Amino acid sequence: MQRDTPFILVQNLTVGYRSQPVLQDLHFTVPKGALVGVIGPNGGGKSTLLRTIAGVLRPWSGQVLIDGQPARPQPALAYLPQAEDVDWSFPVTVWDVVMMGRYPRLGLFRRPGPIDRERVTWALERVGMLAAQRRPIGELSGGQRQRVFLARAIVQEPSVLLLDEPVSGVDAPTQHFVFALLEELAAEGKTILVSLHDLSCVAQRFSHVLLLNRRLIAFGPPAEVFTEARLNETFESHLLLVRHGDRVLVVEGETDDGQPC
Amino acid sequence: MASLVNAVVAPLHYGFLVRGLTAAVLVGIVCAVIGTFVVLKGLAFIGDALAHVSFTGVVVALLAGFGFYLGAVAAAILTALGISVLTRRVGVRSDTAIGILFSGVFALGIVLMSVGIKSYTVDLFSYIFGDVLAVRPRDLLIIVALGLAVLLLVSLLYKELLFTAFDPIVAEAAGLPVGVLQTLLMVLLALTVVVSVQAVGVVLVVAMLVTPSATAYLLVDRFPAMLGLGALLGGVDALVGFYLSYYANVPSGGAIVLVASLGFILAALFSPKRGRWLRLLVGQ
Repeated sequence: MQRDTPFILVQNLTVGYRSQPVLQDLHFTVPKGALVGVIGPNGGGKSTLLRTIAGVLRPWSGQVLIDGQPARPQPALAYLPQAEDVDWSFPVTVWDVVMMGRYPRLGLFRRPGPIDRERVTWALERVGMLAAQRRPIGELSGGQRQRVFLARAIVQEPSVLLLDEPVSGVDAPTQHFVFALLEELAAEGKTILVSLHDLSCVAQRFSHVLLLNRRLIAFGPPAEVFTEARLNETFESHLLLVRHGDRVLVVEGETDDGQPC
Repeated sequence: MASLVNAVVAPLHYGFLVRGLTAAVLVGIVCAVIGTFVVLKGLAFIGDALAHVSFTGVVVALLAGFGFYLGAVAAAILTALGISVLTRRVGVRSDTAIGILFSGVFALGIVLMSVGIKSYTVDLFSYIFGDVLAVRPRDLLIIVALGLAVLLLVSLLYKELLFTAFDPIVAEAAGLPVGVLQTLLMVLLALTVVVSVQAVGVVLVVAMLVTPSATAYLLVDRFPAMLGLGALLGGVDALVGFYLSYYANVPSGGAIVLVASLGFILAALFSPKRGRWLRLLVGQ
């Protein structure tokens, strides 16, 4: 329905750290309700792109517009960094962590009320962690922690979700669960960018792919974007695509270090 | 029983003892509240540094003839801000930045003292070793005002400080002013240290920041409980230490910190969560 309204507009974006640009001259628009897989090699600028859209990093030149406004940190943007590096011995429970997602919208001096508790309960139920609500965060497994952080992102009631490798280091059922949840959220009209390494999952479940290696290689629906030439340009390697029905498998054509997968 | 009541009440007939007791208990509470953040964010070294630096502020104040607290507050806040700037802008590791600033400014204090102040004044002596009985009415007023200001700000900004302490990156992306909150926490830490130095002394302030909160950490699971229990323990440690200091005729700072340390040892031995103390000592 609203799928073609441009929601995130990235215009001639160049951004980096210190004196080195990481991304140069990026240009693309993401429609509302898109589920975008951001694919590229390590060091290719995936995290940098997400951080810039989150408004945490400022563009050197060009701009990022979200719903017409320059990107800036705000509750309507939920950002989950790669490998959340928090202190796991911090004395907070699952409930406490998810409730933090409500804090920015509450504003200064206001305490959470019944509506906030209701939203937290709802989000915990949605990620299947309601039964664990009283457990200290440090006792959880990696997959459970990721579910809790997703619940915290959801209670923010964001219109944009930016997730940096949310399925790295989690088991297969959790990965499946995370993608199913993201599909639901996108269907609800949230615009979602996810960086990840699993090309096959993107081909099956995502509406768009963004191939990134310090510059934009390609952006569009997976069926159009995933070609051997573009993937090899992105990863600077020799990959082969195997299509089986609507599934796409990526196989390494030549391995120079001879390491088994 | 009557004699115990008498032992507790007797000192309270003297104004300077009531002042000392009030100051000590308030310091115990305020230190533990800020100490919760100090323990969880590993700020003990900064707290220690601010205490030493405030000594230099006091020396300068005595030499220049302006207010004792003004000097201490100015020195501590300037150092707290300096540490923020050094770590963010210059790119030195924070413990290195603290080490440089803290020892440099403290050295300046020692040199100034030996040049300018020929004999230890009572003020300076009680500042180094802590003597709540030297608290004058005007001091108490300042301690109460600053202490309540710290408690008020922490309670008003409670949820923002908690989110920032737990996950600064996500808190910032969600729109919280993380940089401002982190700087504010530093300023509150500086104020707390200055207020506490009179009661426990430059060298022992860090113990009041860390010990009651760490004891609470061993006993409870959630942040608000740690904050509340820490404050209660800090207050009780100060109360018991105060009487110990009065009856055993030992410096108040030493007595209060010893009581707090004993409390920590007991909690570590009998904490229901085995292994927590180890995690705390080893650091994660």
